[in-house]
Amino acid sequence: MPSTAVRHAPPAPPTAPLDTRLRIETPEGIDLILRPASLVPRALAFTIDLAIRGLILGVMFVLLFTLGQFGMGLGAILMFLVTWWYMVLFEVLNQGRSPGKQIIGLRVVHDDGTPVGWGASLTRNLLRFADILPFGYTLGILSCLNSRGFKRLGDIAAGTLVIYRDRSAERPPLAAAEPLRAPFAMNLEEQRALLEFAERQGGLSAARRTELAAILAEPLGVSPEQAEARINGIAHGLLGSA
Amino acid sequence: MKQSLFESHYQAEWQCFAARLDALERGKATREDCQGFAAAYRQLCQQLALAQTRGYSPHLIEQLQQLAMRGHQQFYRHRSQLGARLLSFLFGGFPRLVRAEWRSVALAFGLFFGSLIGMGLLTYFYPELIYSLMDPDQVQNMESMYDPDAHRLGRFGERGSSDDWAMFGFYIMNNIGIAFQTFASGLLLGLGSLFFLLFNGLTIGAVAGHLTEIGYIHTFWSFVIGHGAFELTAIAFSGAAGLKLGWALLAPGRLTRGEALRQAARTSVQLVGGVILFLLIAAFIEAYWSSMTYTTPTVKYAVGAALWALVLAYFLLVGRRHAPD
Repeated sequence: MPSTAVRHAPPAPPTAPLDTRLRIETPEGIDLILRPASLVPRALAFTIDLAIRGLILGVMFVLLFTLGQFGMGLGAILMFLVTWWYMVLFEVLNQGRSPGKQIIGLRVVHDDGTPVGWGASLTRNLLRFADILPFGYTLGILSCLNSRGFKRLGDIAAGTLVIYRDRSAERPPLAAAEPLRAPFAMNLEEQRALLEFAERQGGLSAARRTELAAILAEPLGVSPEQAEARINGIAHGLLGSA
Repeated sequence: MKQSLFESHYQAEWQCFAARLDALERGKATREDCQGFAAAYRQLCQQLALAQTRGYSPHLIEQLQQLAMRGHQQFYRHRSQLGARLLSFLFGGFPRLVRAEWRSVALAFGLFFGSLIGMGLLTYFYPELIYSLMDPDQVQNMESMYDPDAHRLGRFGERGSSDDWAMFGFYIMNNIGIAFQTFASGLLLGLGSLFFLLFNGLTIGAVAGHLTEIGYIHTFWSFVIGHGAFELTAIAFSGAAGLKLGWALLAPGRLTRGEALRQAARTSVQLVGGVILFLLIAAFIEAYWSSMTYTTPTVKYAVGAALWALVLAYFLLVGRRHAPD
């Protein structure tokens, strides 16, 4: 009995990722993986937004100047809208993406991964005023570099994250090999590691591939040179044929 | 089931789901795209969980994860019934919130109106005090705005009546900007809000005391009494919202500071929403009513008093019973 108990031990809970990715459990019982964006892409997105806002204001002021007093009133309201509401309106109405964020490939979400709403967006953008103190976003940058999700003060208070939008990757080509059965039983982690090796080999040099594969040469019962081909065969065996 | 079989079995479904997501993300979804979306999304989540427990290849799991993430973003999309929420906030939510947050509101009102009245009285009895707060130029400028001989009052006073619109724009930008600063600087342990409340209170008090003392009583008081009911209370509320943020950081109680701040911010930002509404009303009154000179000051005092009573009654009485849905 003890042996079966060991074999059927429940799989270990997924460990926290080593990198900056965050794992969020959803009501559907799956884990979402969020990749928070750090200081540099966020600063770039902000710079783009700043330029766009400057451009809007510049063009509008030239146009409104010709309208006289009425234009002055309109200009003041426009200035107010662009200063305080540009980010909020875009984030809420355009699925968390201001134009700058859209270009860089970022989006704003709540801490639980749901799209950002009016309250949180207003909070994080009003508190920007505290982040820029005492000059040039000093507090925001310090807070960003010190927190796990790269949050500035406004993000902490609003409970929001700026994350990358993932782009879908091309299917990696597998090296051709005859499907084989593994000579030993594998748990899920090991199975995944073998498949990952097979899928990633396009990005590795030949020497590195041989070196990595050689680690498994002994358990596979082959010479280090043959290990790579053997692993590819096992990966094909695991994937099966359609 | 081997991975290849699994993939060929569901590939068509995934492609269909991805096409649907594309349409939704670009905001060009038709009725058919939305129908059965929830079921398709649940199905995908189940397939992702299966793929993970069966140890399928990382590439497939990554692909499914991205689809699930995009589906999640669309499924939990923020539904903004802005009009309905605004109305229920105006006719119940806002005064209820103010009563619930009476501690920070009372503190902010005490700081703001206390410094305003105190400085007003001091300046009235010791007129030279005004120069400790303002330059002689500014004082001169302010005196000319409320000169009893002027036809129109306030900023832009010397211009014609067609400029009410310009004033409206200016007041919105200026006043709401000040309110936002007062709120946001509360994040600095409440010190910023404290500063802006006292600074604005002292300045307004000094101006009021000075103008009363030099005898511009009717021009000044008849100008400010109307919109003051909305403007001054709104500034105090934004200070209250900021102080609440600062207090959450100073005394988080049994929560972590981050969590306390998040909870305080959720309430505070609603107060700020109310502040925005109030300042819009104030800017409207200030531009179109307060600056008129063809009504007598008596009428203005009466209307002003009525507005103050209205604001007071609003916060004391509205929203006591459950609002009809």
